[in-house]
Amino acid sequence: MNRQVKISIAAVIVYSLALALIPVFAGNYETRIAISVAMFSALALSWNFIGGFTGYPSFSTAAFFGLGCYIGALSQRAGMPAELAWIIATVGVAGFAAALGAIILRLKGHYFAIGSIAIVEVTRLIISSWGSVTGGGDGLNVPLMTGTPDVVAARILYIMLAVMGMAFVATVIVDRSRLGFGLRCIHQNEDAADMVGVDTTRFKIAAFVLSALFCGLVGAVYASWVGYIDPTDSFSILLTVKVPVMALLGGAGTLAGPIVGAGVFVLLEEFFWANFLQWNRAILGIIIVFLIFFLPGGLLKIRYKDLLKKLSANRSNTVSEGEAKG
Amino acid sequence: MDVFQILLNGIVLGALYACIAIGFSLVWGVLNVINMLHGSFIILGGYLTYFAWHYTGIYPIILLPFVAMVLFALGYVLQHLFINKVVTAPVLTTLTLTFGLDMILYNLMTVFFTATPRRVTLDLGTLSFGDVYLPVDRLLGMALALVLTALLYLVMRGSRIGRAIVAVRMDRQAAALMGIRVNQVYSITFGIGALMAGAAGAIFAMVFPVTTNLTGVFLGKAFVVCVIGGLGSVPGALVGGLALGLIESVAGYTIGPQNAITVGFLLMLFLLVVRPTGLIGVKGYE
Repeated sequence: MNRQVKISIAAVIVYSLALALIPVFAGNYETRIAISVAMFSALALSWNFIGGFTGYPSFSTAAFFGLGCYIGALSQRAGMPAELAWIIATVGVAGFAAALGAIILRLKGHYFAIGSIAIVEVTRLIISSWGSVTGGGDGLNVPLMTGTPDVVAARILYIMLAVMGMAFVATVIVDRSRLGFGLRCIHQNEDAADMVGVDTTRFKIAAFVLSALFCGLVGAVYASWVGYIDPTDSFSILLTVKVPVMALLGGAGTLAGPIVGAGVFVLLEEFFWANFLQWNRAILGIIIVFLIFFLPGGLLKIRYKDLLKKLSANRSNTVSEGEAKG
Repeated sequence: MDVFQILLNGIVLGALYACIAIGFSLVWGVLNVINMLHGSFIILGGYLTYFAWHYTGIYPIILLPFVAMVLFALGYVLQHLFINKVVTAPVLTTLTLTFGLDMILYNLMTVFFTATPRRVTLDLGTLSFGDVYLPVDRLLGMALALVLTALLYLVMRGSRIGRAIVAVRMDRQAAALMGIRVNQVYSITFGIGALMAGAAGAIFAMVFPVTTNLTGVFLGKAFVVCVIGGLGSVPGALVGGLALGLIESVAGYTIGPQNAITVGFLLMLFLLVVRPTGLIGVKGYE
């Protein structure tokens, strides 16, 4: 394990512990933000398998998340304990992704992007028109967790952090395994990878399933947390683009990038919601445009040392110029 | 309901769908960019037409060219300032960028126009042939959509800029070597895409109420029509639009309007996998 990987792992552990301490020292509002941070970190880490390592522009996150919500909610309504419902949702969504991946991973580039967005639309439409099971557009109530709001929020935070931890561990393992190596090969040149013996179909499906299963789990936990789900909220096109943006913001294909990106994005979003309610969407749009032009590699790929050197060099230049004039 | 009525509804709807999708198809085919702004361009065209009509009382058909020119300018500027800078980047980058721009435009529209559904009411009455009915405003909408489509086809085939666009679409490098300013062509193409969207929006506002909530719906239609008809040809978009209109009309009657949209998307996924070039996809953009 090289130094950089060790630093990433240590940083993520410290960061998770800090998030875990929030319910002890701060109120319900801060805990809610911490839950969002952990939740989006897990989603962004998931996306990173297919979008970051493999380089496939997948926009199916909301489909997996939404299906997780619904499978979890329906299982809980059928009388199962929450924990079992979450496991069923995870397995169900993973199975869905494996079957779907075998079909749509044959597509590449633009066609894959369009196909993956269409999956979100199709799942949303089916869920909302299948009213007898899913409640249609009226949505579903999910049995609430017992306990005071503080206790419930703290418990959800720990679960979300655990999911984030699992997704991160999976990332580290994949990164160091044959699978991760193969996925990077596919990213660089799929035909060449195929030629030298990477089983591209199997590898891509594995990445797609990895990108789905944590989303399913997060969705099911989310449903238990909020207590009410509906199709437009669960399968939102905004979510499906927001998650890749978070991963890109931190640095796609890196270990800790998605976590950094999700944290920064959620905090920015929270700040703009609170202060510029009417312009919230436009400001997020501006962030995206800014990201594409000025941070194409993400926050983790900026070379901060060079940046500092440049800044100090500039300053000394201006100082010496000022002296020369004086 | 009468079979003819269902078919007629399908064709009217299909002509409008073709008009919606054609600009999207052009941008995707030539620039290789999935333009997430397309739905918002359509709604912007609809709103501009509505408000211009509401405050001046000018007949909307006369307004249509002006609205289309405004959208052309907007599209040209956006491409020139932003998208041209990353036009050769992978789809993830360009799609995300246009989505970000779309969020800004969407927000501006909801603030300045609010999300209230708006419709230009023309009160032209209804034609009837036996028990088949056709509101005259829909007939007018269909005719306008077909005229616009034909115009674009002629521009692509006959004009200098049209041939330049086709050349860039076929081979970017070769076109550059022949002295075509590729970035300029990209900006104009994106402008034409926005122009067609704006015109489609103006037509829509005469037929159905438009609201910002519909941007996603229109974008979805553009996806489906493009894939059904195949990228890279005006006839393709026309065929795709008519096919989708008929499918939705028939499916809406047999299995309910909500499921009709799902059928369109499922058909699209199926075609993506088995025949990604669409029904009549061709390489150049004639």
